[in-house]
Amino acid sequence: MEWSGVLSGAIEQGIGPSAIIYCLAAIGLNIHFGYTGLLNFGQAAFMMVGGYALGSLIQTWGWPLFPSLVVGLLMAVVLALVLGVPTLRLRADYLAIATIAAAEAIRQVLGSAALNDEFGGQDGRYGFVDGMRSLNFVPSGGVHFLGLDFRSYDFFIMIVGWTLALLLCGFVYLLMRSPWGRVLKSIREDEDAVRSLGKNVYSYKMQALVLGGVIGALAGIMSGLATSNVAPSDFATDTTFFTYTVLLIGGAARVFGPVAGALIFWFFISGLDLFFDKMTSGANPTIPASIMTDDQASLMRLIFLGLILMLIMIYRPQGIFGDRRELAIDAH
Amino acid sequence: MPTDTQPSSDTQSKKSDSILVADGVTRKFGGLTAVDVEHFEIQRGKITALIGPNGAGKTTFFNLLTGFDEPDSGEWTFNGQSLHGVPPYKVARKGMVRTFQLTKVLSRLKVIENMRLGATGQRGEKFFPSLFKGLWSGQEKENTDRAMDLLARFKLDAKADDFAGSLSGGQRKLLEMARALMVDPELIMLDEPMAGVNPALKQSLLGHVKSLRDEGRTVLFVEHDMDMVRDISDWVVVMAQGKIVAEGPPDTVMANQAVIDAYLGAHHDAALTHETEEEILAAAEAELEAEAEAEENS
Repeated sequence: MEWSGVLSGAIEQGIGPSAIIYCLAAIGLNIHFGYTGLLNFGQAAFMMVGGYALGSLIQTWGWPLFPSLVVGLLMAVVLALVLGVPTLRLRADYLAIATIAAAEAIRQVLGSAALNDEFGGQDGRYGFVDGMRSLNFVPSGGVHFLGLDFRSYDFFIMIVGWTLALLLCGFVYLLMRSPWGRVLKSIREDEDAVRSLGKNVYSYKMQALVLGGVIGALAGIMSGLATSNVAPSDFATDTTFFTYTVLLIGGAARVFGPVAGALIFWFFISGLDLFFDKMTSGANPTIPASIMTDDQASLMRLIFLGLILMLIMIYRPQGIFGDRRELAIDAH
Repeated sequence: MPTDTQPSSDTQSKKSDSILVADGVTRKFGGLTAVDVEHFEIQRGKITALIGPNGAGKTTFFNLLTGFDEPDSGEWTFNGQSLHGVPPYKVARKGMVRTFQLTKVLSRLKVIENMRLGATGQRGEKFFPSLFKGLWSGQEKENTDRAMDLLARFKLDAKADDFAGSLSGGQRKLLEMARALMVDPELIMLDEPMAGVNPALKQSLLGHVKSLRDEGRTVLFVEHDMDMVRDISDWVVVMAQGKIVAEGPPDTVMANQAVIDAYLGAHHDAALTHETEEEILAAAEAELEAEAEAEENS
């Protein structure tokens, strides 16, 4: 691979399907965490119920695409209610515990051998995107420009995904400039104060949890459609933490934070991967094997990503779009 | 109006026009009875002060009345409607709005947004209508005008576009009071409005509290500075160890030596003499020794 391949590869990933999935998940999480202050550590669970509803309804039960998609979104509503009803009246940390535990529990259940016929065990569901492929209007040869190459279906997913992401950003913008959004932000600051002014805090927290969860399910659905596969390993806890990373890079409680965060996160994570791969591969690698083998190199991206995150948190803790003055204010 | 201040049950007599009446309200935390109020009333259109030493249960009682905490027993009514088991947001909607001892401003919202939040019946606070600005912008403008008038009254209008978190402690108290007024409450309950406020601002706060009554609202406030209470309140209720021990007009209650000695301390507002300081010190040391001994024995 040429050196230019490293850059173009990073850009392809930076705007590719993975970035879209995390962007959507982070838009949902932004409503939870960024605006309402809900500590949802189980965004992967919302993605999972969306993705699995789609995959299993189509593959196992032979449903068409669109009804499966709608059921996927409804499942997220159900999950939000199940998680929210018992915990949203309690202190914030209970939601965090409930969501992280629920995410793992659901993942174990869906991946269990006992439900192999329905959900496919550890392999999950696959090959359920024929309905989506039939909608593909991108030329079958794929798309090539500026040294970037995308396969036809990937490019189709990108068009659908980024359109969806921008529509959702507009939707979030409209909501958050309104008095409804003001109540959410106020709950983040101090929910007792909001109660004392006659607002039903519980109801607003539930609305936020459902809305962000449904957008999370959309992310899971896009993940299934993009990779033609849903498997338990796609929705592990690190999915949630990567989503938080994306959100914080972009800036929490900012409309375009998740978009910028996803672009930057995936540009770096794949760029670093390709860079270290290039440095250690070939007959005469730039970095000799005595220092680093190519197996070790694949881990370097996480080390450097951690470093970049730390630098952002130290020098730009408000994220790309955040307002530093706002962050300087002590929360209480 | 009853003027008796003796700590007996006949002092807690019925008043002519009560906005809030509470009976037999108790709240226990484990073995500790934090609040045990037999009878409590607030007269409409007056400023009632709730005083008592630290730990007397004033704030707990406040929390119970406003639904922020649930009592073990008791009934209370606001304008004749029972408030037992009514959640805090519904209490506020009925026209009974409180502030907090530790001010709760919404730090990362602008001052004006803090104010707008207080307005009731906002169409834009419903999910679907919120998406269409046309449905709520008119109401928003009315609320903003009212908010700016209130901010001007509390001399915060210059700060309207600053983050509430950048305000000083005293300004936060003012903002909280102004925000409560956005709800347009009949009864406004202020939990230690003067705590941590400098003397100059205290005077202006007192003025504001009086102005609330003058515009026809009923005020209940918690305070422990006797001079403040004397200046502005029409009726004083003294709490100690969870119970109401005396009530009456301020001068009568404050002239009651027993109340002063028992519940505000014999040396309230008086400089300690050398002898009394020594006495207190000796007593404290003796207490510490006793504790240490008790620990050794245990």
